[in-house]
Amino acid sequence: MDVITLSRIQFGVTTALHFLFVPLTLGLVWFVAIFQTLYYRTGEERYRRMAKFWGKLFLINFGMGIVTGLVQEFQFGMNWSEYSRFVGDIFGALLAIETMVAFFLESVFIGIWIFGEGRVSKRVHLFSIWMAAIGSLSSSIWILLASGWMHNPVGYIINPATGNAQLVDIFALLTNPKGWLLFQHAFSAGLATASIFMLGISSWYILRKKELEVFKPSFVAGAIVGVIGSFLLLMTGHAQGQEMRIYQPMKLASIEALWNTEQPASFSLLTIGDLTGKQEVWSIRVPYLTSFLACNNFDCEIQGVNQLQAEYEARYGPNDYVPLMVVTYWSFRIMAGLEVIMLFASAFALFVVLRNWPPKLLKWLKWMPYLIPMPFIAGVAGWVTTEMGRQPWIVQGLLTTAQAVSPNLTVAMVSTTLVSFTLLYSVLALVMFRLMYKFARQGTQAALTKSVDVEEPASAGNIIIIGAQD
Amino acid sequence: MSYESLQIIWFILIAVLWIGFFFLEGFDFGVGMLLPFLGKKDEERRAIINSIGSVWDGNEVWLLTAGGATFAAFPEWYATMFSGFYLALFLLLVGLIIRGISFEYRSKDAAPAWRNRFDWMIAIGSFMAALLLGAAFANLARGVPINADKMFTGNLFTLLNPYGLLGGLTTVAIFLLHGANFLGLKLEGELRERVNTFAKKLWIGATVLYIAFGIYTYIAGFWARGFIDPGIAPIAAVAALLGAGYFINQKMEGWAFIMVALNIVLTQVTFFSMTFPNVMLSTTNPAYSLTIYNASSSQYTLGVMSIVALIFVPIVLAYQGWTYYMFRQRISTDKKTLVY
Repeated sequence: MDVITLSRIQFGVTTALHFLFVPLTLGLVWFVAIFQTLYYRTGEERYRRMAKFWGKLFLINFGMGIVTGLVQEFQFGMNWSEYSRFVGDIFGALLAIETMVAFFLESVFIGIWIFGEGRVSKRVHLFSIWMAAIGSLSSSIWILLASGWMHNPVGYIINPATGNAQLVDIFALLTNPKGWLLFQHAFSAGLATASIFMLGISSWYILRKKELEVFKPSFVAGAIVGVIGSFLLLMTGHAQGQEMRIYQPMKLASIEALWNTEQPASFSLLTIGDLTGKQEVWSIRVPYLTSFLACNNFDCEIQGVNQLQAEYEARYGPNDYVPLMVVTYWSFRIMAGLEVIMLFASAFALFVVLRNWPPKLLKWLKWMPYLIPMPFIAGVAGWVTTEMGRQPWIVQGLLTTAQAVSPNLTVAMVSTTLVSFTLLYSVLALVMFRLMYKFARQGTQAALTKSVDVEEPASAGNIIIIGAQD
Repeated sequence: MSYESLQIIWFILIAVLWIGFFFLEGFDFGVGMLLPFLGKKDEERRAIINSIGSVWDGNEVWLLTAGGATFAAFPEWYATMFSGFYLALFLLLVGLIIRGISFEYRSKDAAPAWRNRFDWMIAIGSFMAALLLGAAFANLARGVPINADKMFTGNLFTLLNPYGLLGGLTTVAIFLLHGANFLGLKLEGELRERVNTFAKKLWIGATVLYIAFGIYTYIAGFWARGFIDPGIAPIAAVAALLGAGYFINQKMEGWAFIMVALNIVLTQVTFFSMTFPNVMLSTTNPAYSLTIYNASSSQYTLGVMSIVALIFVPIVLAYQGWTYYMFRQRISTDKKTLVY
């Protein structure tokens, strides 16, 4: 393998693993903030337990997001120096704003939140989790505006002297529709991920009739936000499909395995290509559906891969402009399929709540914990779809990935870092999984104590006998 | 504002970010390296970790901001340095990752073996980070091979020259001392006594290395190759370090901390003065050096970024300063009060 391929795999591995932790952080922090606010307002012990229990799991996950995020900022310069030179004026600026505006807010206030209980006033402690939540939200906005620019470059000129992209309109950059769509999609993914996570764990407790005063309200919160989040997730995904037809038609065509332009366009349920991946062998298609998904009507034209390839060759010169279709096609279907399951699962959970927990339906909750991996897989599949779908471009229409790689790297260097990062991330993910599994099953009492080797709760509160309400 | 003044402002701002990072994360790294040697019992180790627990993450953001600001203001510098120092930065990342995750996870399980493993990861990670950052900066002072295309033409071993290694070790020693002084201010009882004894020994090592590094810099002629003579900054830095020795012996912990902090700040001031207006000096041909003029982003971007920095940097300084004020109490070894 060459340096470009290895660097691409490394970016894929480190980014996918980073994004394994980020959505849960993005979503769960709001639940923790709201539970803690309820405790602050009412003084009820169950809200304190909810805030502490979900807060503990939030922190175990948060740490991984932080350390894997370090690599994200460094690797643009390390592996993609020519990209960095080309986009520093724009992408670099957004990244720098993210560090100044969001990272400080998130890191400083999460420190206050972890260490502040009992040391700072309750009001400041509550304030700190809200600031951390706003920090994480703002972080996702800046980085997705940066990512959005790579899919839909706006507000720039190409400097004739250097050949690099140069910012001329910051407001175009800040209002880039692609960036905001990515943000809306990622934020609803965060809410949906946190909801499924909470539903899964809460169901486990509800079935065992443990601490129902904590886990029933958690379940209700997860069900409501889960339905809203999954619904928004599908809607924002749908909106991206429409936007793709205009800005990145090749990505749309490759996701749909649409070799030739169709009007109206059918939707592929299953397509089998030949070994080169360039030609269709056999497929099952639903007529009109892709047209509907991409334009909201049944007869719009969707351009096919072959026509787009010819068009791009005429415009940009000879190259292979078709993304690796087997990846975009399947990762999109995995993502969308899991999202639909998540919506149904949340809707079922809400139905259980609205019907007042009928025993007949409760037994089905035993499947909920098994759904927890779904939003995580869907999230990674989503990134694979959108990033691989942009190939061979790193910045759509302006710079190819092959032009972007650092010219001084050798195969030995990148192999070393790729293998090491993969091993390191895998070990850390296993350690995190082990802690998550342990604390998720230990109940809220363990989350109340400041650390595992102290028996009594960290601060005095009215101790409710566990499960007494049942 | 003129293009040139913006370029100078951003050079200064990036210098300030690095100075802030070395000052703040310097003691974090020192505390991390001291952890397994200073803490004998588990609650002692926990007290040591808790002394930086509420602030280390915010301190590390100074590094991310320095990196981000370099990317935004001087993309060519960011691109050449980060791709050129590829394996060194990879090792730095590994150090920061294993250290960061260990703070969060080490006390989440009661098994002594679990905790001991994470403690050593904190120490080793902190050591790697301090050594590599020191070596990287020494190499920036010395100059690195860069060709006419602004491309780094060396490898990892180019950076592992005697001057770079000495710079790395000096940084490790100064950070150890800085960490010990910080712990002197944060711990209490027997542990505080122990760290003050440590500080005396660490001061000797740090001073010897620091002076040796200064002499090397002077003799090798890495001194003042830019436009600005660092003036009394390096002399004041040495004086501050010597002053620290006096205050450590007098058990005046606050002054000892301030003196080493001054030493770190003045060393960085010296570094950035003697570098200016170069940001990466080429040993291949001085004409190939990256400067604030040929490495910067556009005037428009620098202007936009200046407005953002003008608004947010004071806000950040205010709330970060506020956390140090809030968590100013000493840390006891009482298990009930420990978090990490």
